[in-house]
Amino acid sequence: MMTITEKILAAHCGKKEVKPGELINARLDVVLANDITAPISIKEFRAAGAKKVFDPERIALIPDHFAPNKDIASAEQCSMLRQFSREHSLSLYFEVGRMGIEHALLPEQGIVVPGDVVIGADSHTCTYGGLGAFSTGVGSTDVAAAMITGEAWFKVPESMKFIYKGKMGKWVGGKDIILRTIGDIGVDGALYRAMEFTGEAITKLPMAGRLTICNMAIEAGGKNGIIEPDEITEKYVSKRARRKYKFYKSDKKAVYADVREYDLTGMEPQIACPHLPENVKPVSAVASVNIDQSVVGSCTNGRIEDMREAAKVIKGHKVHPYVRMIVIPATQAIYKQCIKEGLIDVFIDAGAAFSTPTCGPCLGGHMGILAAGERAIATTNRNFVGRMGSPKSEVYLSNPAIAAASAVLGRIGRPEELK
Amino acid sequence: MNFKGKTWKFGADVDTDAIVPARYLNTSDPLELSKHCMEDSTNPDFMKKMKVGDIIVAEKNFGCGSSREHAPIAIKAAGVSCVVAKSFARIFYRNCFNMGLPIFESVEAVDGIKEGDQIEVDADAGVILNLTSNKTFKVAPVPAFMQELIAAGGLMAYTKKKAGL
Repeated sequence: MMTITEKILAAHCGKKEVKPGELINARLDVVLANDITAPISIKEFRAAGAKKVFDPERIALIPDHFAPNKDIASAEQCSMLRQFSREHSLSLYFEVGRMGIEHALLPEQGIVVPGDVVIGADSHTCTYGGLGAFSTGVGSTDVAAAMITGEAWFKVPESMKFIYKGKMGKWVGGKDIILRTIGDIGVDGALYRAMEFTGEAITKLPMAGRLTICNMAIEAGGKNGIIEPDEITEKYVSKRARRKYKFYKSDKKAVYADVREYDLTGMEPQIACPHLPENVKPVSAVASVNIDQSVVGSCTNGRIEDMREAAKVIKGHKVHPYVRMIVIPATQAIYKQCIKEGLIDVFIDAGAAFSTPTCGPCLGGHMGILAAGERAIATTNRNFVGRMGSPKSEVYLSNPAIAAASAVLGRIGRPEELK
Repeated sequence: MNFKGKTWKFGADVDTDAIVPARYLNTSDPLELSKHCMEDSTNPDFMKKMKVGDIIVAEKNFGCGSSREHAPIAIKAAGVSCVVAKSFARIFYRNCFNMGLPIFESVEAVDGIKEGDQIEVDADAGVILNLTSNKTFKVAPVPAFMQELIAAGGLMAYTKKKAGL
């Protein structure tokens, strides 16, 4: 009797069964790094005297954090990725103009598929659990070793099961589900564990929301987040998968370290207040908080569904005179879709800035850094001290509808408040 | 392995943005990174005050957040000899063993150490001695595979051997 996480790991280490706590060496389907983490991996790879990567079709190097290059030092880092990719004929290097935020790009391009085992030198690699894959963040050295061997060691994690019931209201979605969960269990509530998200609210949730939920499993300390693939998954992957995929499902009698149930009926949009993602309050509790900036984007909420949600709220309104609104679609395909659907017009008419894909402000890189004393509402994933700029600034995390409504109001608020 | 030094205490959930803010991640040079070690933490002047060999002691979930290996690299390059915490975030824990920053888990030691205390960590015996208060604490045992990694000289040395490089 195994969980979906255990089944995927077993299949990748040639075993019929694995148990939590067991140490395994797993075969990797995709190995990922970005312009911040790959330079260390490349240095380690070279220092080890390695001449060849295990498979040039399975290593994704994506310059997305400080790209388009924000300064000379960043340009040097991106150049390392470019040179290494050419040297080893890596097919999954994405240049500026083709690149997107890694965790939006890989599922969109069908590079990661259900049933995969993926590691990435980026903590939000856990996003792909939304497709029914096992994926987890690691450091640069793990990626260096994996580029040589195509394998990584794992301790099979215990699984926690989260069951979501009830009908969600308008302007509530995947972001609110995961924020509520992190608020409940805390930033180390799932430490070392797999978080399996289930229940009627999840089976009805579109792929974008599922990816958002799994994306923030790391914010609860989780090793991976995962959702059983179903018809929604099939519809999403069938037209884009570049490889064969396999759906795994948890056995009914699989063992869980903890099972938690949530009733989402009547749940308000959720806000994570400074300076930890676990400081979660319903939006009505923070409605008097003024903001200087609103960011819609990131690997958490930069997909087309998020763009549509923000545009729907802000259409016909103006961004508050004291607020900068910055909208960043996560990939070029999403950017193009925003043009096609007229969403860019909506944002620009409202007085928002609309940018090429980048992680940018989410990690205080560029494209919207906060000054001391400033405050942002953002659809991003972390609100640690200094995360978006000055250590004296503040970040509130929300869903795209709330970020858009707040941009108009000049304070944290709901779409229903816009006249 | 033995580590002896003065302690600097930090609270719970110290994230990797506090250990080395992302605004400095346009380089992976250890010395450059170490200049900003703990800059956005509760002790922003840490680098001005600490001395080589000092020990960081923290509450639960040290190193949470981003996967950046720059965080343990900055701590190591700063000259911190080891980190003792009640628990470590998963990726940070893995990174430390992979790149060679010694870390130790002990709830009782963290509770029994005040900032500025002199301590001695005896990794082989699995104990921490508070030289200031003269108390001894147990360290959680290091898993067998992690010991193997340390003995091999870190993940890359281990991988080189495995790949026949």
